[in-house]
Amino acid sequence: MVAELGHFALILALAVALVQGTLPLLGASRGDIRLMDLGRTAALTQALLVIVAFGALTQAYVTSDFSVANVVANSHSAKPLLYKVSGVWGNHEGSMLLWALILALFGAAVALFGAGLPDTLRSRVLAIQALIGVGFLAFLLFTSNPFERVSPAPADGNGLNPLLQDPGLAFHPPLLYLGYVGFSVTYAFAIAALLEGRVDAAWARWVRPWTLAAWCFLTLGIALGSWWAYYILGWGGFWFWDPVENASLMPWLAGTALLHSAIVVEKRDALKSWTVLLAILAFSLSLLGTFLVRSGVLTSVHAFAQDPARGMYILGFLLFVTGGGLALYAWRAPQLQGGGLFQPVSREGALILNNLLLCTLAVTVLLGTLYPLFLDLLTGSKVSVGPPFFNATFVPICAPLFAALCVGPYLGWKRAELWPALQKLRVAFIVAVIAALVAATVIDSRATLAAVAFGFGVWLIAGSVGEFVQRLVRTGFKLPPRSSLGMTIAHAGMGVVVLGAVGTGAWHTELMQTMKPGERVAFHGFDVKLDRIESLNGPNYVAERATLAVSAGGKAYTVLQPERRLFTVQRRQVAETAIHTNFLRDLYATLGEGDAVGGWVIRLYYNPLAPWIWLGAALCALGGFVSLSDRRLRVGAPSRRPLAQPAE
Amino acid sequence: MTPKRKRLWLVVGSVAVLGVAASLVLTALSDNIVFFYSPTQMAEKQIPPDRRFRMGGLVEAGSVKKSADSQETRFRVTDTNRTVDVVYRGLLPDLFREGQGVVAEGTLGPDGVFVAREVLAKHDENYMPPEVAKALKEAGQWKDGKK
Repeated sequence: MVAELGHFALILALAVALVQGTLPLLGASRGDIRLMDLGRTAALTQALLVIVAFGALTQAYVTSDFSVANVVANSHSAKPLLYKVSGVWGNHEGSMLLWALILALFGAAVALFGAGLPDTLRSRVLAIQALIGVGFLAFLLFTSNPFERVSPAPADGNGLNPLLQDPGLAFHPPLLYLGYVGFSVTYAFAIAALLEGRVDAAWARWVRPWTLAAWCFLTLGIALGSWWAYYILGWGGFWFWDPVENASLMPWLAGTALLHSAIVVEKRDALKSWTVLLAILAFSLSLLGTFLVRSGVLTSVHAFAQDPARGMYILGFLLFVTGGGLALYAWRAPQLQGGGLFQPVSREGALILNNLLLCTLAVTVLLGTLYPLFLDLLTGSKVSVGPPFFNATFVPICAPLFAALCVGPYLGWKRAELWPALQKLRVAFIVAVIAALVAATVIDSRATLAAVAFGFGVWLIAGSVGEFVQRLVRTGFKLPPRSSLGMTIAHAGMGVVVLGAVGTGAWHTELMQTMKPGERVAFHGFDVKLDRIESLNGPNYVAERATLAVSAGGKAYTVLQPERRLFTVQRRQVAETAIHTNFLRDLYATLGEGDAVGGWVIRLYYNPLAPWIWLGAALCALGGFVSLSDRRLRVGAPSRRPLAQPAE
Repeated sequence: MTPKRKRLWLVVGSVAVLGVAASLVLTALSDNIVFFYSPTQMAEKQIPPDRRFRMGGLVEAGSVKKSADSQETRFRVTDTNRTVDVVYRGLLPDLFREGQGVVAEGTLGPDGVFVAREVLAKHDENYMPPEVAKALKEAGQWKDGKK
């Protein structure tokens, strides 16, 4: 019964979305206020209906209703409650429903908080949002209905993929989708602006909070995914340049560029059409990411079994959204005349350089990710493009980006002098050079490039913090506006990520050893003893657990207990790593298989600075949220200001 | 600065950055592309000994053998037409099993044994790597009924 309720709610939501996607557009072009107001009501109704549908599916999962096919395929009555709930989006249909839910919620948020927007702009934004919603709701209903019944209902389900039964991954998809779907609002604003033929500072002020919020969530989502890969895959790495990872990195790069170029539109009334283009591209890349993950066209360590028909649908939708957006852009963008003039050396110039480099990075990732696909289509030969490609292209382009990142905040708008800015960065530069030299001599004398990269990380932190301190001193210790405080935190956070990546990527040590209980091995100044191997029973798995007593200098230091879990329903083994961290380094152990003579393969990693990767990413997101809390950026706040003059 | 000069600067800057990026991409692509060969293709092609590539197929049932210290695994990969011996030193991914699809990356040793540096893990046991599916199809052994 509840499943049918969910199904009907979904059908109704599609009908409402169709109304919301058409009538307000008509109203906006005719100036009919009643039709325009319909958009808000429809957005709220649509959100409510999708919430009902999502609630119905969640209910089916929580109560283990095995008459629903989706629940049978992905759940099991013995599964802990957290994974029953996260199982809702741990599969294709459910995750698409989650996507539709977040989309509808964003639409409702625009309707609720967009009271200050001009009527025409708001109704157009809501209509575009609804049209995207139509695409996804139709996709759900026609190709991936999560409410399909099975008859007769089996006694129990197949269980969730054990790799996904993990707290980190339970919240990874919602955060990632908040990011992906958040860019749909920016996209809707861009399309609405093209329809209106007007982009001005007020528009940028309305768009920026949405972009910023989406960017923060995407940052957190990517970080959580990488953290999950770090501890569950047991390879000691945090980023594998896998197509699925790249799929989330591309919108992040475009979104980061958009975040910065919107500032130029807001403050200087320049770069308008470029910003609109970026908004279209950021969402297109989000959709492309979904397509790559959902269609399974690429070989990936994360690939899930998928149905090509669904991939074709998303591909068609992607072409419609991107192609339609770009066509409208080509038609209307020439009307968007840029305002403010500026010198190449200026804040605007620095932000353009930022955009140029970030977009180049995004294109590099795109090429590396799609090249195997193109080559397969053109020549039929199967290739893969792996980490060496990205290390040889992505990393070098980061260097000028990071070098320039600290200089930008010192440059004034319109025109600036480079030399005084550089002089203010003297201290940061010296600190960075010393850090690189120390890294090159003390930590690892062979890894020169790693030492340089380490220097860059320190440069980012020292430069950002230095600028903050100098500003404090200049203003007599008055706290700067939150948006600028957020910038400092996010920029420094980026530096922390770089340090963590260098530490883990270049300076880690690993050891693989076959040990019998009672044996010891020396590893990186520690003495590791395999105390015992024992069997234990979890809620839906049985496990073998190794107890490794780690001592340093003759004193007991810590105990690591890596496990191998065998999930009884799926007959699948998953290694559970054990990590001891002191926030400067991770001591990381995984348990391999046992052999015939009582030995067990133990793999140990020493990963310097590893926690900093996620700490830094969290700092970046925190910076975004701090900036978001700035009064001037609050959604709807600009409403009381008069509109800037039309751009035409 | 006039808008024209500004645009010129922009164009020059963009072209320079994109040029550097393009050359990086092209050199990286020519050096770092990893081709995929099925066991049949490996037999047909002369693959130089140091060339890194990927191969894949099904892990032949009953072929998996561990070394004495259980760190080294030997197994055979088949596309049902031809079979290749593979040796891998390291922890196998959780989903590695006999009869399942597998993709391995590494080099071909002088004795014709494929030395794998990496064996790819999958999230999902129904998942068949597209290359493997294609290789099996070409060997005429693929059942389309299986999703």
